[in-house]
This record gives sequence, structure tokens and C-alpha cells, in this order.
Amino acid sequence: MSSSVQSERPGASPVQALPVKASPTRRREGSVQAARPSSFTKRAYPLWFHIPAAVIFIALFIVPTIMSFYFAFTRWTLFEATFIGLENFVMFLAEPGLIGSLGHTLIYGFSTSALKVIIGMALAVALTKPIIARGYLRSVTFFPVLVSAVGVGLTFKVLLDQYHGVVNQVWTAIFGSDGPGWLTNPDIALYTLIGIDVWKGVGLATLIYIAGITAIPNEYFEAARVDGAGSWRIFRTIILPLSFPATSTVIILSLIGGLRSFDLIWATTGGGPGFATDVIASVIYKQYQAGFYGLSTAGNVILFIVVTAIVYPLNRWLVSKETTL
Amino acid sequence: MKSHKIGPALVATAVVAGLALTGCGSGGADGTDGTIELSLLVDKSAQMTTMAQAMADGFNASNQGITIKIETREEGTEGDNIVKTKLATDDMADLFQYNSGALMAALDPAGTMTPITGESFVSNLEETFATAVTQDGEVYGVPIGQAQAGGIFYNKKVYADLGLEIPKTWDEFMANNATIKEAGIDPVIQTYGDTWTSQLFVLADFNNVTKADSGWAADYTANKAKYADEPAIKGFERLQEVYEAGYMNKDFASATNSQGLQMLVDGTGAQYPMLSFVIPAYAELSDDAAENIGLFAQPGDKLSDYGMTAWMPAGIYIPKTTTGDKLEAAKKFMSWVATKEACDVQNEAYSPTGPYLVKGCELPEDVPTAVNDIQQFFTDSKTNLALEFLSPLKGPNLEKITVEVGSGITSAADGAARYDEDVLKQAQQLGLSGW
Repeated sequence: MSSSVQSERPGASPVQALPVKASPTRRREGSVQAARPSSFTKRAYPLWFHIPAAVIFIALFIVPTIMSFYFAFTRWTLFEATFIGLENFVMFLAEPGLIGSLGHTLIYGFSTSALKVIIGMALAVALTKPIIARGYLRSVTFFPVLVSAVGVGLTFKVLLDQYHGVVNQVWTAIFGSDGPGWLTNPDIALYTLIGIDVWKGVGLATLIYIAGITAIPNEYFEAARVDGAGSWRIFRTIILPLSFPATSTVIILSLIGGLRSFDLIWATTGGGPGFATDVIASVIYKQYQAGFYGLSTAGNVILFIVVTAIVYPLNRWLVSKETTL
Repeated sequence: MKSHKIGPALVATAVVAGLALTGCGSGGADGTDGTIELSLLVDKSAQMTTMAQAMADGFNASNQGITIKIETREEGTEGDNIVKTKLATDDMADLFQYNSGALMAALDPAGTMTPITGESFVSNLEETFATAVTQDGEVYGVPIGQAQAGGIFYNKKVYADLGLEIPKTWDEFMANNATIKEAGIDPVIQTYGDTWTSQLFVLADFNNVTKADSGWAADYTANKAKYADEPAIKGFERLQEVYEAGYMNKDFASATNSQGLQMLVDGTGAQYPMLSFVIPAYAELSDDAAENIGLFAQPGDKLSDYGMTAWMPAGIYIPKTTTGDKLEAAKKFMSWVATKEACDVQNEAYSPTGPYLVKGCELPEDVPTAVNDIQQFFTDSKTNLALEFLSPLKGPNLEKITVEVGSGITSAADGAARYDEDVLKQAQQLGLSGW
């Protein structure tokens, strides 16, 4: 965190200068008030304004979070909870279906993230160029982000149906043979889902990249062109390094989204065929459906730990890279 | 095993906090003119709401100063959770409809429902149903709807055209399949677009399991019998056998239940392992469907074992939260449900799909062929209950595992072993001894 402040310091210093100058006066006022007996109520007074928000936050976020950590260690039927120590976690990590879902989650999270970075960057570079219908194309790229994941999932389920879907009808028209079972062949179903997720999410990555690229001062491009740099050279030495903050944002956002992805997968394949596209989130949901409330809560704790263990160091690393620029 | 009753307290706290924040709540109002109004929560399937509404109307007309009002909830696992949550938070309707057998046992009836064991109307119930709603010696429910069967629906025209006989053993069934395939018709319809439909070869085989070992269900509950062993593994093996022989429709991986019924009615598929609650659904698909589709039991190894695996209808139960006048009124409604009058009301409202479980009830004359086929098995006493009515154990992942076996992703042996592991969780969750 401190490193990110350092990186912003040059730009931020004139603004920061103001409160620093003002602080001696404010501190003096405070010390005068401290002598009076009513100082605590004066200081506490604004605290009361926090209470409504605090009650909601504690009741709806803090209490359930702490409760969920407790219930993760129990066998819970909603009617009663039996403390069983780490058994839920052992079961979650020992069962092939559950541990397999962890692998799927990682494949899904990392490949959607990588593809969104690459395709998002490529689209953004194209869409920041003075091309025809640029505004329209930008909108079209972004539209899938606005559609609900369930709607996208159900639509693709129809489009990708092995025998009646439009995609395979085109396939048959071109190649003459039956097309692959995009969502029913266990070997490719997960990759089909990754493709759908990228189609749906790449618009957001593109938007972030467009913002990142347009923020690069024009002088760099002009100077480079004067020095005779070609498009590829400009991309390599100017756009790629200077849009790095956008890259790290896209990586973090899409990775978190990918690791906890559920709605799209559930609407499209329901984790099937069999267990071929089960991810941690869908397994958790199924445990909950089955009434294994303790086990599903343990799964949530594991998901929380997995996401944190991957995203936190990655974020630190990305931020440190930003600083060295 | 240490057991803390902390769950309800915490849930209650959370709910109270939720109610306080959102200001929502529920309240059942008594009628102003002295009549007692009872709410009955049923699942929102067209069939169940029609049945429940017909029964409510019939009972309200019998004029006992009690009015039944129908409320609906989601179906399936979502509905299971709604029922469990409502019971756990004391927010249940005055009466509710829910599955009998293992699913009812999972509701912890001793802690959440009022038993009706001593009531006189319990003696009107058929023994098989009473068993399915009994837990630790206490009876909890009365039936809504009719018994169901799980077997193999077949297109009679296809059978007649090819000169086939109803198979009474598995070998005869596979021989029929070979003939049907030669004729260019898909012998066995499978529809894994609706994953639950994949379980039938395993579930409907249970008559054969019971015939081979009458104590199997009890041993299974006690962790002494496994699906990975004979005789229960046969169900998985049969599914694998049908897949490997190439007897399924080619779009089995994505077809849905309604598409499957269409294939059966059109005769592009000859046989469809299914539960009998689909009878009204396919009867609508063509004029002669009700007549042209029959049902036979899933055959086993021995001719002498041939019989139908039967499912009990859902029950109506009284939650613990219904007390005083409402409890008395609720029992009056239940006692009416367990009469021939209630069956006649149901007969008039819709076409029944199997025999009633209340003594003295009769089916109307003009029922679909398959219903008569089921009735015949009951009349001949050639039925055995499905496993879910004999054991509280049903693993949640069976339908995923049978999709894997039926699609050739895993072998029958691996699938059965995996299902045994799946069941372990359920057993521990229920706190059964021996696990």
C-alpha cells in the first residue's frame, strides 16, 4: 500500500501541501478544547452519526462473516450444529469432485484473465485509432458486459447445442460432419465456457485499456513518430509500458471475477456434463442445495482463502512493478 | 457426539435482525366471521397446484367452518431449502406439502412437526404410505396425489410393428433393443439436458435389488451394503451397457425431458426410462399418446423377480408452529384428506397417474394406458418401494454421476464407488450411527 502512495507522490504533493500547512492551527484549537471537560462528548458527537451505518454493517456483514467461520467447523442442519473441527475442510480437499473443481477454478480464472488482457489490449489499441464508426464499435464491444450472465448462458446453450444449435448447423454446412459437443463434451466444455466468459467480459477490459491509452500524453507519440518509430515500435515502447496501470487493473478484476465465477457456468452447464465444469463456487452451491450447510460454508472459507492467497501477493507485485516504471 | 443447539439461536438472531431492518413479517389472519383460515404451502408445479386447489375447494365446500388457502413455493432443491428454512425459523404455513420418505426424514420431523399417530384417520392410510411418513414410530402425514412408478415407458405401435413382446428379463430387453435399432429407431431415449432424468436406470432397478436381497436397504442405511457391490451396482452397469451398445438417441447429452417425451410419442425413440408423473405431460402431445404409450418395469436378471419400483406420493404435514384452534382445524383437514371423498375430488379435477394410497379410493374408468399398467402391478402385489422410502440416504450427486456413466465418461464401477462416497456426506449430516 505504501508503495502506491509513493508512486503518486509527485503529482499529489501540491494538494497535500494544503492540509499540512493548515494543521498547526487546527492542532492548536484542539489543544484548547482538550482543556475543557466536555471535550469527549464533543469528540464523540460525530461518532453517533456512524451508528446507523455501523449497525447495518455489523448485522449484515460482520456478524454473518464471523458466524460463517464458526459454522465452517460444524456439521450444520440449520436446526442444529455439531462441532466437528477440521473435518469439513478435510472432506472438501480429499474428495475428487471437490479438488477437481479447484483445478477447474484455477484454469478458468487464469485463462479468462489472460485472454481478457490480450484481447482487451488489442481491441483498445484498434479502437483508439482514428477508424470509421469508432464510437459505434466501442459500444458494440461493451454491450455484452451489460447483459446478465444468466441470459448470456442460456443464449449460448441454445446457440451451441450440438445438433440443433446455429453454430453447429453452420459447422455442418461448411465441413459436412457433425460439429463438436461444445457444452456436452467433457474435454472441451470448460474451454467453451472460458470463451463465453471472455466474450462477455472483454468489453470491460477494453474500456479500461481505452482509458489507459488515451491518458498517455500525445507528446510521446509525436516524439516517437518524429524519431521514425513505426506502429509496432510505438506499441512496444510507449503503449505497453505506459498502460501498465490499466493492465494491472484488468488482471486483478478479471482474476477475482474468474476465480469466483458462478452465474455464467451454472446457467450454461450447471457444472456438467458430470463434474467436468464444476468450479469451487458451483460446488459450494451444490453442497448448499444438498443441505450440507457446514460443508458449503467451509467451501466458502476455502474460496475466500484461495482468492486472497492468489490476488493479494499478485496485487502487491503489480503495484511494485508500477512503482518501478 | 457433542451437539450444541446453537444453530437455531443464531439463525433466529439473524432473522430477527433481518426482520427489524426490513420491517417485513408474516401473519396468518383468522376470518372475521368465526371461520378459521389455514394456509397450505405446496410446490408450484402445475400438477401439484391443481391437485391442492381441488382439494382445498372440495374441503372448503364441505363446510366445517374452516377455509384452506393455497400458497406456493419453488420446486426441487430450491424448494427443499425454502421448506427447511421456514421450519428452522418458525415461519412455516399452517400446513405444508412435502415429499415422503428420505426427504421428509431430513426435515427432522420430531423437532419440527406435529405427529398424528393416535388420530383415527391414520387407519385409513395404506400401510406402504404410512411407512413412508413414519419416523421413529410416529406418523406425520397424509397423502396428496397418487403412487408413482419408475419404469420404462414404451411406444406400443413400435412394439407392435416390430412384433416385440414386453421384456421380463434384462436379456430380453437388450434383445428387443437390438431389433429396434435394426429398424432405424432409437431404442432407448436418454435426456441429460435435464440431468435428473439420467438416474432412472439406477433408481428403477431397486425392485431387482430388493428381490435379490430383501434386507439391502437396512444394510445400506447401517453402512453395511454399498452401491459398488452386487446387487446394487447392476443399475449402474445396465446404464453403461445401454450406452456402450449405442442404443441411445444421438443427442442424449443435450436433449431435455420434454424433447424425450416427444421422441417417445412420435416413435423416433421406442423406450424411455422415466417416472410416471410425466403421464399428463406426454398425453397432451398427441391425440393417441395416452393410449399408445405403455409402461413396463425395469427388468432384472431373473424372470421371477420381475416387478415395479414404486414411489409414494407427497404428504401433507403440520408444523410444530401450528397450535390451538388451528391445530384442531388442521387435523380436521387431514382427516378429510384420508377419505374416498377427497380422492373423488382429485379424480374430477385431473387425470390421476397411479393408484391412491387411501383405503377405498378408486381410479376413474378412462385413465391412460400406462396408469392401468401401474395399477396392474399394484393389484398383483408385484411392487417394491424405491430406496428413498426405505432409507434416509440419497446422495445429492447421483444425477451427475449417472450422467457420467451414461455418457461413457466413467465406468459403472467408478461411478458406483463415487456415489458411495457422495452418500457418506449425507449419512454424516443426518448423524446416522455406523458412519
